[in-house]
Amino acid sequence: MSDNLIQIDNLSKSYGRSKVALSNVNLTLSSGKIIGLLGPNGSGKTTLIKVLNGLLKDYIGKLSIDGNPVGAYTKSIISYLPDESYFADWMKVNDAIGIFKDLYTDFDQVEALKILQRLNISPELKIKKMSKGMKERFQLALVMSRKAKIYILDEPIGGVDPAAREVILDIILNHYSEDSLVLISTHLISDIEKIFEEVIFLKNGAVEFHRNAEELREETGKSMDELFREVFRC
Amino acid sequence: MAIVFNSNIPIYLQVKEDIEMTIITGLKKSGEKLDSVRDLALYYGVNPNTIQRALSELERSGLIFTQRAVGKYVTLDEELVKELKKRVSIEKVKEFISRMMELGNNQEEIIRLINQEMGEL
Repeated sequence: MSDNLIQIDNLSKSYGRSKVALSNVNLTLSSGKIIGLLGPNGSGKTTLIKVLNGLLKDYIGKLSIDGNPVGAYTKSIISYLPDESYFADWMKVNDAIGIFKDLYTDFDQVEALKILQRLNISPELKIKKMSKGMKERFQLALVMSRKAKIYILDEPIGGVDPAAREVILDIILNHYSEDSLVLISTHLISDIEKIFEEVIFLKNGAVEFHRNAEELREETGKSMDELFREVFRC
Repeated sequence: MAIVFNSNIPIYLQVKEDIEMTIITGLKKSGEKLDSVRDLALYYGVNPNTIQRALSELERSGLIFTQRAVGKYVTLDEELVKELKKRVSIEKVKEFISRMMELGNNQEEIIRLINQEMGEL
């Protein structure tokens, strides 16, 4: 086992014959860090995340997660928040918790119930009755209640409510374990950049750069949000 | 949220300055224990490693010290806090003077305005 929890070498992925989603991506991501995966829609963020989670195959290149190839072991150590809802509408909060308990041995139910209480989400509430933002926070609460080595959060702040954003940041900071790796994809950078230690800028499926956020601020006198606007100016 | 950060400037510097202010103003007193890195990270809403870096800087300047396995404390050296207060005050005055001069005030005018406004306080 090494500090380099995720090692990606020369990773490329195409859809069909012509659409290149990832192009020769090389990344080394180490434990104990919160890393921002930044890029506009269509830059390859979700494709990369799906490859890491074993949901997309047929890629070229080498992938090593905690020293292992993608498979049952790597799935067991990654807690993944997809960018879409994955619970059936008829379920209650309690049903979803039951599913997490069955699926993941590292799921801490007591922790989950604590977070949900803070969020004022009752165990008896039906998922159908939740607003979009509430569903987002609910799923994040479950994902962060696992004691995982790696958390991969795909667009955790989709909603617009600024107070809700603070709550989301708070849940992440409060519940990730210190030696774990948190990879967060987003295109809403200004709201969340202060929790990133490193940022990865993904442009047209390729890594533009992967740097320490504070060093970038020191060198450029710019925020990650400003740099993002520069790199991705149309 | 504790303070609003300017994202163009390293966050750790802003955290460091904010903690310095709590010490200068006596919110955190000499010998008092600081919150844990985790709690400070939550309070400021920033990465724990950013807090760690701010604390290392404060420790290097002697303003805080680590009691092994217990935590971090504000220095017992009150002279050091006085010096810091003086240094920060001078910085602020310099900033103020350059703003006033940008506005076209000379020394006499600046002093007159200060006296006038201080008198009204």
